[in-house]
Amino acid sequence: MDDLLADFLTETQEGLVALDAALVRLERAPEDTATLSEVFRIVHTIKGTCGFLGLTRMEAVAHAAENVLGRYRDGTLAVSQAGISQILGAIDCIRGITTGLEATGAEPEGEDAPLIAALNAVAAGEAAAAAPRPAPAAPPPAMPAAPVAVAPAVAPPAIPPTAPAAENEAGGANAPPQTIRVTVEVLEGLMMLVSELVLTRNQLLQLSRNGADSAFAVPLQRLSHITSDLQEGVMKTRMQPIGNAWAKLPRLVRDLGVELGKKIELEMRGAETELDRQVLELIKDPLTHMVRNSADHGLETPEQRVAAGKPEAGRIMLHASHEGGHIIIEIADDGRGLNVERIRQKVLSQGLATEAELAAMPEREVQRFIFRAGFSTAAAVTAVSGRGVGMDVVKTNMERIGGTIEVRSKEGRGTAFIVKIPLTLAIVSALIVEAGGERFAIPQIGVVELVRVGGEGAPQLERIKDSAVLRLRDRLLPLVNLAGLLHLDSPAAEENAFVVVTQVGPHVFGIIVDRVFDTEEIVVKPVAPILRHVTMFSGNTILGDGSVIMILDPNGIARATGVGAESGEGEPERDGKRQALAHRSDQRTALLLFRAGDATPKAVPLGLIARLEDVERERIENAGGRPLVQYRGQLMPLVPISGHWDPDLAPARQPVLVFSDGDRAMGLMVDEILDVVEERMAIDGAGERPGFLGTTVIGGKVTEMLDTAWWLRQAGEDWFGGAADRARGSGHRLLVIEDSPFFRNLVVPALGAVGYEVTAVADAEEALRLREAGASFEAVISDIVLPGMDGFALARTLREGGAWRDLPLIALTGRIDPADIEHGRAAGFTDYVAKFDRAALLDSLRQCLTAPVAG
Amino acid sequence: MQTQTSTAPTPGVLARGAVPTDAADDIFLTLTVAEQLCGVPVLAIRDVLGVQAITRIPLAPAEVAGSLNLRGRIVTAIDLRRRLGLPPRSEGHAGAMSIVVERDGELYSLLADQVGEVLPLPRVERAPNPVTLDPVWRDISDGVHRIGERLLIVIDVERILAIG
Repeated sequence: MDDLLADFLTETQEGLVALDAALVRLERAPEDTATLSEVFRIVHTIKGTCGFLGLTRMEAVAHAAENVLGRYRDGTLAVSQAGISQILGAIDCIRGITTGLEATGAEPEGEDAPLIAALNAVAAGEAAAAAPRPAPAAPPPAMPAAPVAVAPAVAPPAIPPTAPAAENEAGGANAPPQTIRVTVEVLEGLMMLVSELVLTRNQLLQLSRNGADSAFAVPLQRLSHITSDLQEGVMKTRMQPIGNAWAKLPRLVRDLGVELGKKIELEMRGAETELDRQVLELIKDPLTHMVRNSADHGLETPEQRVAAGKPEAGRIMLHASHEGGHIIIEIADDGRGLNVERIRQKVLSQGLATEAELAAMPEREVQRFIFRAGFSTAAAVTAVSGRGVGMDVVKTNMERIGGTIEVRSKEGRGTAFIVKIPLTLAIVSALIVEAGGERFAIPQIGVVELVRVGGEGAPQLERIKDSAVLRLRDRLLPLVNLAGLLHLDSPAAEENAFVVVTQVGPHVFGIIVDRVFDTEEIVVKPVAPILRHVTMFSGNTILGDGSVIMILDPNGIARATGVGAESGEGEPERDGKRQALAHRSDQRTALLLFRAGDATPKAVPLGLIARLEDVERERIENAGGRPLVQYRGQLMPLVPISGHWDPDLAPARQPVLVFSDGDRAMGLMVDEILDVVEERMAIDGAGERPGFLGTTVIGGKVTEMLDTAWWLRQAGEDWFGGAADRARGSGHRLLVIEDSPFFRNLVVPALGAVGYEVTAVADAEEALRLREAGASFEAVISDIVLPGMDGFALARTLREGGAWRDLPLIALTGRIDPADIEHGRAAGFTDYVAKFDRAALLDSLRQCLTAPVAG
Repeated sequence: MQTQTSTAPTPGVLARGAVPTDAADDIFLTLTVAEQLCGVPVLAIRDVLGVQAITRIPLAPAEVAGSLNLRGRIVTAIDLRRRLGLPPRSEGHAGAMSIVVERDGELYSLLADQVGEVLPLPRVERAPNPVTLDPVWRDISDGVHRIGERLLIVIDVERILAIG
């Protein structure tokens, strides 16, 4: 049997059992809206799924039953025993079809017309009699002119409230289902038991180690293995990539597209993001529902889209990612967006808020009304969706697992739902370390390697002025001391410690800890709300020995220390006084200071340097007046910053800064390495001297900022971009707007190197002048912080109209936090990329330029 | 069961049934913090624990003593002395007791010097905070009871957990 069908059967059988009980409850307490919603929801789900599976007989019956329930829910029809009987009849009919399906894989033959007619009569007949107020939703479609049937076709339910469906279930020859469902509690319980078992095992192992040749040793070893396997097994049952939940979506979207006469592109990113299977189960239906909603309500018809100046094909984008202790799933479309005016009207007509309240509400708040039960702005009730069962169910399901859902919508531009689910059940492998007398867990995923420093023959911690660095395989790593960072007293001497080499995005740094214990599989639990502001931790957990331990967030550490990532401290200052002349970038960047040629210190971002080398004078060769060195099996050109290199005057060991890209490398010869500092760069007087971007003041001294791109060019024309690389960019024309010459000089060569044709300007006004002048580009990359008009304003201006309206627009920023991304999206940016992250920028460009969105 | 609770307006006191008291009483667990007698409504209490191993949480607000493991759930411990700006317990003190309360699905433990008894107190006898009450206490007090010579301060759990 088809997986889909098997799933459906399992689900439907569960639903039917629940329905029997719920309907009986409803009959006794007709005003119980919670029960009514539950009944409606189950019937709606069955109808929706069988529509999708092409089970027409079942769909027709379910649809008719849903019509009656819809009227109950809208309050336009009173719940009656006769009505409930008819619905129970429909449930029995569906149950019969399900049994047939299970046996043969196809719907059995049968005649449902009388049942459907009777249901429609209930819906139509009594509604006409009651009709106290007009139905808020459109009337049910295809209302037949059938005579009013009153007599129940099925015996009234004389079933006791407990175990109502037992007999029915026993009667059917149910084939054993292919899957069984286990509640989260059962798995949680298993997990706890396994943890306890592991703990006990560890204690036993400890005991057996103490008593030398115990007879228990062998069986204990076996117990230990089995325990580990069991632990692994239990964990494995719980983790799945989210792609599993998405697997059915392309087909669904395709079919919906055909059915609705729309062209829909589905884009899925982050399918490999793993999450707990039970969480996955719980979000699967809501996700499907949201995609269905996007296709049905979100996207316009091709004609409408063309009329609105959009590409004919609509886009639905799914994006999943991990963030701290959460998984973020975004479901976005580029359709018509929410009609805020219509929502307002509906809110008023349903009496959910007064006009004054509405007027005072920000648009965001108004949009949130779509999460209320029974709230749908779809004008037509279609078979696909549109009974308003959607978003309230989605929200309820998300909240049940401790998640949140948000909506962001811009009329005419699209709607995005952002679902945030905690990783309450997610399990990660973590390294347990100690710093300042406390233990912490570091998720293994960010750990590149462990280095013991201090001991004999081990690498040594070095200090360049006050900052500790580690020279690891000739690469210079910035270090942070965990105890210091967390304000703990560090008893152990830093010189005899461990360095946990950690990678966050493109940045590698070392975390100094006092001791390293073991790795352990841990269950990530979110921290208490009063601790959420401590960004250094992504959660906490209970270890095998029963103690509570905090889980470190490498992202938070990187942010707090300014390693690679940037802080937003410059914000107020930026708004206040603007230094008009100085090209500034507010990020704190780790800079390597060195001396070369003259006495003025020079600086280069540490992130750009691949390694530091000390090359012996004898190894430096001279080829056609250019110094070279054999380096890692290749000849590496060396460029002296002082302009010339004289072997006779050179020191015995020549310090070299190595820059590399792919398998190419180039060395810059300097006189002396001075320091590593973290500085906010404010560069004055750009490009006064070739090879330097300008000067800045670091530690009270005027320092020249190295123009890396210029020096790389000195190493030879072909340094940037091989032929293969060049093909990637294939001559697409890009516009880069970036005020800081420093970053401009990083970005432009990086893009040029892979074959893009790049034009760079320093501010938004200049970019707009280019637009007026008729310049044409295929994508625009813009910094956010610009003098005068900022990136957001520029994006809005571009999106308003003009020749560049539909161009992909990529924001380049030092800070990536969700609020900024949201802001950027709202302003019209297609994507958000961190400065320095060359790979991400290229990736984003590739995505943008191949996507069909460009018009 | 369900029909019973839906018709009877009285809250859980009756449903528990075990405490021999009448509905006009509030039941408190008494505890002391720096010699001051306090009461926490028993209905707010999930558990009372002896001295626990508490993991310190760096960078947390000063009131947070750390976190502890309560049968597989992580409980955030709030030191009542620090919460109230009182001096720390003396060196010789045996260690703080944990009174575990729940708020928005999260468990918190209130660390007190000592835990006393469960005490039913007539609701009508609860007095508003006296004006002379130390401002440290006034913030978190939900009224006071006079017990012989001593004053029992009724702790408002919501407010004591409002940190930061």
